[in-house]
Amino acid sequence: MLYRENGQFKTSYVADQQIFPIAQDRIAIGLLLLVAFVVMPLAGSEYLFRAVLIPFLILALAALGLNILVGYCGQISLGTGAFMAVGAYGAYNFLVRIDGMPLIGAMLLGGLSATVVGVLFGVPSLRIKGLYLAVATLAAQFFTDWAFLRVGWFTNNSTSGSVSVAGLNVFGLPIESPVAKYLFCLSVVCVFALAAKNLTRSATGRQWMAIRDMDVAAAVIGIRPVYAKLTAFAVSSFIVGVAGVLWAFVHLGAWEPAAFSIDRSFQLLFMVIIGGLGSIMGAFFGAAFIVILPIILDQVPHWFGIPLSTATTSHLVHMIFGALIVFFLIAEPHGLAKLWSIGKQKLRLWPFPH
Amino acid sequence: MKHKAFALVAALAAFGAGTLSAPVAAQQENEQFFPLLVYRTGAYAPNGTPWANGKQDYVKYVNATGGINGVKIAWEECETGYATDKGVECYERLKGKKGAVIDPQATGITFALTDKAPVDKIPLITLGYGLAASQDGGVFKWNFPLMGSYWTAADALIQHLGKKEGGLDKLKGKKIALVYHDSPFGKEPIPLLQKRAQMHGFELVLLPVTAPGVEQKATWLQVRQQRPDYTLLWGWGVMNSTALKEAVATGYPREKLLGVWWSGSEPDVKDVGANAKGYSALALNPHGTDSVLVKDILKKVHDGGNGSGPREEVGSVLYMRGLLIQMLAVEAVRTAQAKFGKGKVMTGEQVRWGLENLNVDEKRIGELGLAGLIRPIKTSCTDHMGSTSVRIHSWDGTTWKMQPDWYEADKSVIDPLVKEAADKYATDKQLKRRDASDCAA
Repeated sequence: MLYRENGQFKTSYVADQQIFPIAQDRIAIGLLLLVAFVVMPLAGSEYLFRAVLIPFLILALAALGLNILVGYCGQISLGTGAFMAVGAYGAYNFLVRIDGMPLIGAMLLGGLSATVVGVLFGVPSLRIKGLYLAVATLAAQFFTDWAFLRVGWFTNNSTSGSVSVAGLNVFGLPIESPVAKYLFCLSVVCVFALAAKNLTRSATGRQWMAIRDMDVAAAVIGIRPVYAKLTAFAVSSFIVGVAGVLWAFVHLGAWEPAAFSIDRSFQLLFMVIIGGLGSIMGAFFGAAFIVILPIILDQVPHWFGIPLSTATTSHLVHMIFGALIVFFLIAEPHGLAKLWSIGKQKLRLWPFPH
Repeated sequence: MKHKAFALVAALAAFGAGTLSAPVAAQQENEQFFPLLVYRTGAYAPNGTPWANGKQDYVKYVNATGGINGVKIAWEECETGYATDKGVECYERLKGKKGAVIDPQATGITFALTDKAPVDKIPLITLGYGLAASQDGGVFKWNFPLMGSYWTAADALIQHLGKKEGGLDKLKGKKIALVYHDSPFGKEPIPLLQKRAQMHGFELVLLPVTAPGVEQKATWLQVRQQRPDYTLLWGWGVMNSTALKEAVATGYPREKLLGVWWSGSEPDVKDVGANAKGYSALALNPHGTDSVLVKDILKKVHDGGNGSGPREEVGSVLYMRGLLIQMLAVEAVRTAQAKFGKGKVMTGEQVRWGLENLNVDEKRIGELGLAGLIRPIKTSCTDHMGSTSVRIHSWDGTTWKMQPDWYEADKSVIDPLVKEAADKYATDKQLKRRDASDCAA
């Protein structure tokens, strides 16, 4: 009743091709951004920023990057944690080795380092496909784990192997308080989400999807697999690398390679699968599901005053969380994003479905 | 089906929004809140659990005996699973409840919290772990590696080896291997060992083990090839028992294998049992159930059915370490109360003062029920460690047997390293050393 496009006539191609063709969607997104940029910084608590929203935003960005590779181009990767690590350590080295390197500069250079490594590890994708490629990208994970643990140069010869950054600022504004960190992450995520969305709607994005759906057919109609696959690897690892920089610099502050372990790669792959393959929105849903849900579940017994031991709670969280993953994948194998779009479809007809 | 799924999503979302924004349930006004970061699940749970139970039992014990000058202790546990990001989440969650001192229970989490502590004004107790350089209170105002760091541990081990050989100069030409957990925890002792190697002319062989350390065949193959005269084990959790099993399989004499204090507890040797006989490790804290304190805890906490873990666990090495950590935290609150008002709830800043002016002398140790079992601990503005005394204990196949000799870290070796590392940290972080007026405050 409220959510329908009747009466909204498109009189130009531009109007027809916009990201949100329905006026109600545009209003909703506008409101969401308003809440995120204005209301949250005023109303949110420190815990909400530091423990919930910042990790959520950063991992959503990483999932977004991975989704371009897995969801849009169909190349399964288990090396996401590795590309995040390359981004983080790359940016760290640019920051400490070059005097006066601005944070955003270091961040983008970190992303570029991840791009280079990502493309390098993407080369095997030209020959091998599917699960075999997943195993090949796993090599990236083990290689970077090894490199950042054992090669002292990357960690600026830190004796403990742990590195840290301090005094971050953007254009002279310190990124120290939780609100500043949150706004910084939010801005970066918004910019990258918009760019990614547009990229997937462009010729490049269509090439990726053609390769995903059937690479032989795509090659026959004139799409170069080399170009399409490697650009997907490049764009994906750039975004993932930037997310790695944010994770290390903004969220953790001090980190070691364990922060980007194989677990992180799996976590991000699950986010993409649960959130919805081939959907920008899905990355956010997936990140919310994987990051926020366990935190809530963990606190449920406490809110109700149920005296459960810490270990039991922790085991229960794992069990319920696992059960929910199975449930959602059975209910909708295409992820939460698909559920969302089904919901919107139904809403258009509501309350008079035919 | 679809509708149900929607309903569930909607309910979860609404619930999530509700719980996350709801105000934190406040504990009683006049209670001192202790956030307890623990890990009772995951690869490190066998070691984390007794530690966590020790902490919790001491809190219950203090409450059962009238609190800290009448101030009862409130506490809440948060499961970190030894993961840094989860640890940060726990810290943020419990910090909001006016936590005044935190024992992060993991080196990785300590590193991440070291930057946050000065901002949030919450001191960190890292008894026997954490950042070795944080002994320097001039730079690390909020870190307290009480009773020892990885550097004092490594120093004590080398001194012990020197004693075994009949003098540190006898170590010349020897080959000493370090089998370590490849993480900041395992890498921390390396600079000190390198310095000692230079001083005494022994060869240091570094053998990293990838975390969590269940796969060590390659490492022990190297041990077999290189035949080091002594091997130092720097592991945690499942890595320790695996290393001992591999040592047995390799035929490396257990008498030549020495562990850090994180590699010398019951869960480490339990699986290997009699085969681990002869293995020694540093003993940072006393254990056993003979002390007055432990008997009292058994009586006042466990007899009432309030024990945090099984009764048999009381008195085990890591249980006692948890107990000791919590005891020193409580002593810090007590010290702070003596200055800022008895019977009041202390803030993080006040507890920090208490930690910095901690003076647990022989008399106080007796009152605490640990007479003769620990050495006095006295901290100051510049020294946040308080004591470097440590003993060695050996596994006789069934129990850990304490050896009588105490070792103290050699200040002439440790101090320059600490100063150098602390200065480097200060430069990296653009910090200034605290001046004298800050110390007096």
